Parts: sequence; C-alpha cells; structure tokens
Amino acid sequence: MPALLPTENLLELLIAGIFTKNFLLVMFLGLCSFLGLTKDMSSSIGMSMAVTFVMGMASIITWPIFHFILVPFGLEFLQTICFILLIASFVQLVEFIIRKHQPALYRSLGIYLPLITTNCAVLGVVLLNAQQNYSYVGSVVYGISGGLGFGLVMLLASGIREKLLQRGVDMFGGFTGAFLVAALLSLIFVNYFGVIQF
Amino acid sequence: MTDRPSLLSEFTKGIIKNNPVFCLVLGICPTLAVTTSFENGLGMGLAFTFVLLGSNLFISLLRNQTPSIVRLPIFIVIIATFVTIIDIVLQAYLPPLYEALGIFVPLIVVNCIVIGRAEAYASKNPVLPSITDALGISVGYILVLMLIGGIRELLGTGKITFVMLWLLENGQIGFLELATLHIPIEPATVMILSPGAFFTIGSLMFMFKFMGKKMSERRG
Repeated sequence: MPALLPTENLLELLIAGIFTKNFLLVMFLGLCSFLGLTKDMSSSIGMSMAVTFVMGMASIITWPIFHFILVPFGLEFLQTICFILLIASFVQLVEFIIRKHQPALYRSLGIYLPLITTNCAVLGVVLLNAQQNYSYVGSVVYGISGGLGFGLVMLLASGIREKLLQRGVDMFGGFTGAFLVAALLSLIFVNYFGVIQF
Repeated sequence: MTDRPSLLSEFTKGIIKNNPVFCLVLGICPTLAVTTSFENGLGMGLAFTFVLLGSNLFISLLRNQTPSIVRLPIFIVIIATFVTIIDIVLQAYLPPLYEALGIFVPLIVVNCIVIGRAEAYASKNPVLPSITDALGISVGYILVLMLIGGIRELLGTGKITFVMLWLLENGQIGFLELATLHIPIEPATVMILSPGAFFTIGSLMFMFKFMGKKMSERRG
C-alpha cells in the first residue's frame, strides 16, 4: 500500500498536472466542457473553479476507499463503478449544500456542477491516481494541479475565442475554430513545456 | 403512434445524419486520445460498441420499471457494469490493446455518447430499435476513429497497417495484419502528438460541415 505522506516529488506532480501532462491538451480529458464552455470568459471561469474543487475533493475521497477497502479485499475490478458512484454522490451532496447555504455561489457555479459528474477529467484523475499508486498527499496535489491546468487552458482558449468573435473572425464557425485554437495551444504545451525535466 | 421510421433508417442515421463525432460532437476525448494508429482506433471502437449495445439493450428492457427521478444513477450503474466487463476481457485476452488504450477503457463510462443515447433513445424506445440505434451509432463512431487513426498513423509514421480482429493461428483473439501501405513522405511526428489530433479533427469537421452545406444547397 502506498504511504500517506508523499514519496514522490510534489513539485514535479504540480508541474506535470499544470504544464507537461496538461489534462485538456496533452491527456485529452474533459474536452466536452472545453468545447461547450469556452465561448465566453465568465462561464469558463466558473467551470474551471468547479472542476478544480471537485478534482481535489474526488482525490481526497477516493484514495481511502480504494486503498483501505477495494485493494485489501481484492476488488480492484470494481474501481470504475465505485469511483463514478462516489463522484456522482459527492457532486450531488455539494450541490445541495451550496444551494442551501450559499445561494449566491450556487447561482454562479451551480449550473456547472451536474456537468462535472460526466466530465472525464474528474474520473480520469482518480483512475490515474489509483494506476500510478500515488501517496495520499501526492494524489491530492495531482488532483488540484490537474484542475489548475484545466483552468489555465480554459481561460487561454476562452480569451482567444472571445477576442476572435468580437473582431468578427469566426473561423469556420463554432467547433472547428475551437479545435484549431486547441491545436495551436497544444503545440505550445507539447513543444515548450515538454522540455521541463526533473 | 404514427408510422415508425424503418429499422434501416434508424441504422443509417447514426452514420451520417447523427454521426456521434462530427454532428453531435460527443465523445471527443477518446476520439482524440487513442487514435494514434488505425489499430488502436479500431480496438477502441469495438470496445465502445460492446458497451453501447449492452447498455442500450438493458436500459430499453428496463425502461418501464425505471422511475424517472433516479434514472441517471441507474443508467450509470448499467453502463459501468458493461465497462467493467470489457475492461476485464481486454485485460485477459488483448493485453497489448489494453496497454495502449490505458485509462480510456474505464473512461467509456463517462463517454457522453453512451449516456446520451440512453437518455435520448433507449429509455423511450422498444428493444429492437434501441439495438439498431446502438449499432448505427457504433458503426459511425468506429468509422470516424479508424479515419482519424489512419490519417494520423499515415502522416505521423509514413505507413499505415490495416488490421482486423480475428482468431489468430495460436488460437487466441488478436489483430490480423491485412496490408501495409507506405507513402514516400518525411514522417511528421507532430501528427502522433496531441496537436496533430486537434488539427486532424478540426480539418475533418470543417470538411464534413462544408460538404453537408453544399449537399443541402444542391438539394433544396
């Protein structure tokens, strides 16, 4: 069983999550929200904050369940069902709590929460944590840094797309333009940040 | 009930009119992540087909017993069951493919196409049309995956290997190589990396939209 305290280099995990193994552009996780929500800045900010929070919390919740329940009983094959149910019920719970106690926050972030259940970035990060055998602290750091990297790319892409639309440059319309923006951004992430080595 | 659309039209609409990738723009993540080669694209498409067929079949069978307020958790559990089955099967019988697809096999569970078809079609229609719909969507998805995988393999490595899933001579299931095509160009590694994926799907989607527009202009 991996340790609770970090055995891996935390800075490396942080850099990997944000730049070198960016969830959106290098690992291709969470592209549905990238395509749907980068039309304007405000919704992409809301979605990125919600995703970062849920990715961090999902790592916190799933690690003990996986290493204290599934692994000792030899039930690793149940990880997919188990993780998706944990994430879905956690998101539902957060939605109830926010709606009851923070109505203002609910109005700005609430609509993005149900979308997150089927966001592959969240399930992807917990599956990767389990696959790579990260320690507890390490997996939480990886979850949060993955969310930050997701947010960074969402902000960059929505800025570019918003500016292009304002100038009337609608590159071949909607999704095609989004993919070309993603191609240019991922060239940057693969070529320039790919040289970061530890 | 007015006249039902025929099964054939249910099947073909998944390939062109409702093509999951180019028209519905769903399930983009695996479409880009695993299509580094023709072989991986085909493998992913077949795994996806199994899950979509199984989930559409069971959701359609249970559609009158499913209370609508808890339908989404029920769909997710049914889909996750089939994903777990294909995960174990691939691990046992096709380990190289399992390695290549990585976490994208378990991630079929959050593939928007599967849950989208469950919600939009299988939960409202009888068994036979639901299976036909699943087959049509799957064929459309496999074709797109093979196309993108083929283009990226061809431009990224300078050759393309056509394969099919078959019983090999040693009695195991595996990919049988049919033919290899070489083209005399300098391989561009960037096509195998992520920018190539975004660029390929962007260009293909542009062409698909452009042709569709031209065809509808000609018709109307």
